[in-house]
Amino acid sequence: MSNLLILPIILPMLVGTILIFFAKNHSLQRVIAGITAVLLLILAFYLAHEVYYHPQQTMILELGNWSPPFGIVLVADMFATLMVILSSIVGMLCLFFAFKTIETERAKHYFYPFYFFLLTGVNGAFLTGDLFNLFVFFEVMLLSSYVLIVNGGTNYQLRESFKYVVINMIASAFFLVGLAYIYAVTGTLNMADLAEKVGVLEQQGVLNVIAIVFLFVFGAKGALFPLYFWLPNSYYGPPAAVSALFGGLLTKVGIYAIIRTFTLIFTHNTGFTHDIILALAGLTMFFGVLGAVSQFDFKRILSYHIISQVGYMVMGLGIYTQLALAGAIYYIAHHIIVKAALFLFAGATEKITGETSLYKMGGLLRSHPLLGWLFFISAMSLAGIPPLSGFFSKFALILSGIQEERYVIVVVSLLVGLLTLFSMMKIFMYAFWGEQKIPTEKVDKKETMGLLKPIIPLVILTIALGLSAEPIFQFSLGVADQIMDPSNYIDSVLNQD
Amino acid sequence: MKNNVSLQTVTRLTVFIVLAFSIYLLLAGHHAPGGGFIGGLMAASAIVLLYLSFGMKKISKVFTISYPYLIAVGLLLAMGTGFIGVLVGDPFLTQYYDYFYIPFLGTVELTTALIFDIGVYFVVVGVALFSILTIAEDDA
Repeated sequence: MSNLLILPIILPMLVGTILIFFAKNHSLQRVIAGITAVLLLILAFYLAHEVYYHPQQTMILELGNWSPPFGIVLVADMFATLMVILSSIVGMLCLFFAFKTIETERAKHYFYPFYFFLLTGVNGAFLTGDLFNLFVFFEVMLLSSYVLIVNGGTNYQLRESFKYVVINMIASAFFLVGLAYIYAVTGTLNMADLAEKVGVLEQQGVLNVIAIVFLFVFGAKGALFPLYFWLPNSYYGPPAAVSALFGGLLTKVGIYAIIRTFTLIFTHNTGFTHDIILALAGLTMFFGVLGAVSQFDFKRILSYHIISQVGYMVMGLGIYTQLALAGAIYYIAHHIIVKAALFLFAGATEKITGETSLYKMGGLLRSHPLLGWLFFISAMSLAGIPPLSGFFSKFALILSGIQEERYVIVVVSLLVGLLTLFSMMKIFMYAFWGEQKIPTEKVDKKETMGLLKPIIPLVILTIALGLSAEPIFQFSLGVADQIMDPSNYIDSVLNQD
Repeated sequence: MKNNVSLQTVTRLTVFIVLAFSIYLLLAGHHAPGGGFIGGLMAASAIVLLYLSFGMKKISKVFTISYPYLIAVGLLLAMGTGFIGVLVGDPFLTQYYDYFYIPFLGTVELTTALIFDIGVYFVVVGVALFSILTIAEDDA
């Protein structure tokens, strides 16, 4: 029992509530929000440290002092704490970028409170050990994301966010259906208890159906093939700080839920479920990257790349070996950081040129060399060029694919990597290379530097993740080892003494 | 909105009944059907009834509280009860209760969950009225 586990959830919620009182005072909101984001990051690291040195490397908190499987538990294992750290890093840096770019008008309409409510939902989804509670935190996250995606109220935002709301409502309805199914079959919603009961249940057919319902739900939220169509348009509308947070973090909550449920609960028939996941992974990355190649808009290319890269993470789960899962976890960490950085670059160039279309940009490298080269590093990292973080994570995934003789997915993922490189180079060539098309005197050097400050840590992180691949990969292997063996999770929740 | 004397007269009476019943529901909710959510909805419906029969302007003069603040206060109350457990060293949201003798009412069970429920009550009143009034203002 440790109340430390509730803090990453309750701190953003508390601060978000307090910020409602100061909605009219933009500068005070910034001060409170900034301090909280830093505190949250420190807290996430402290929690990870405590969990890492815990004898079982898993800590739990029985909310309201009701013991599992009857009450709701929060479970922090290494995977969950890693995700909390990543969400705090991206949450903090996107917030700092928002300080520079969010207009007072948007801030007045509760931008900062809902930003923190979103973090509440994300951290809650990572830490909860109860399937229904996961649904609740998904809703907290989604409701806040509805507000953030429509905040500002441009016509485009209103139209696209309507579709976003509808698709998420449908997925949430099916989430409830899945919960009802699994409760009817097992009589419990506690994840550890579920894992134990599913192991001894004989009705494999019903469990397969339930597993696919959950795959559909999390697939819709995590933008898996064929349920990704809502993503590129809805991530295009909101300001860069929000689309960076969404692009980096939000779909990854869906992926986290898939990995959690399909390593802990639905492991009864991996020949069926995980092969479907592997096929979906291949299709997702292939169609996502085709979308990216065909686009000529900075933000849209990045949005389609989210889809293709989600495929890599799920590929690791589909192969389902320790090495593959470690690769997937490494990939998630790499992707959250790099994708947030790239979206922030898109925001910075949009601020400088007033454009997101690649046809109209050009020659930014001459007027803003630092911006250009930093973008180049992140883009190369995304495409998987050594020694950056993208290379090592893809390497582990492809290696495990070859070991398991899944050659089709290996070929697809290599091809997708090539096309990713192509479309990243396209952005670089059109936006930064060549002749300058838009005069950029409006934005001076100092302001550009201000925009770059929140992005630089992300670029440093992707370089660091690549250069220190050895220890980080060891850590990922440890995390993968822990989630491949559900008995540790089950024992920590149900048989604690 | 001119010839609605009967509506206004009935409203004057029923609003108090509905509000009183909403508080009854809030208090009953611990062991019997009821609770902060349903009580809050009922209170909101009473206030909406007031808006309907007397018009926005008049009622907005009487109720000067800002509904977003009401939501925030409710949330803080609910979260605050969670922290009681943390201060004592129990898990977050642990509930405490005891029996107290109150003159005229006799022995009453008082729980910290009631404070949580009052928070919920405020949040529900705030959210319901804030959304209804936002839609109404759009129309005007």
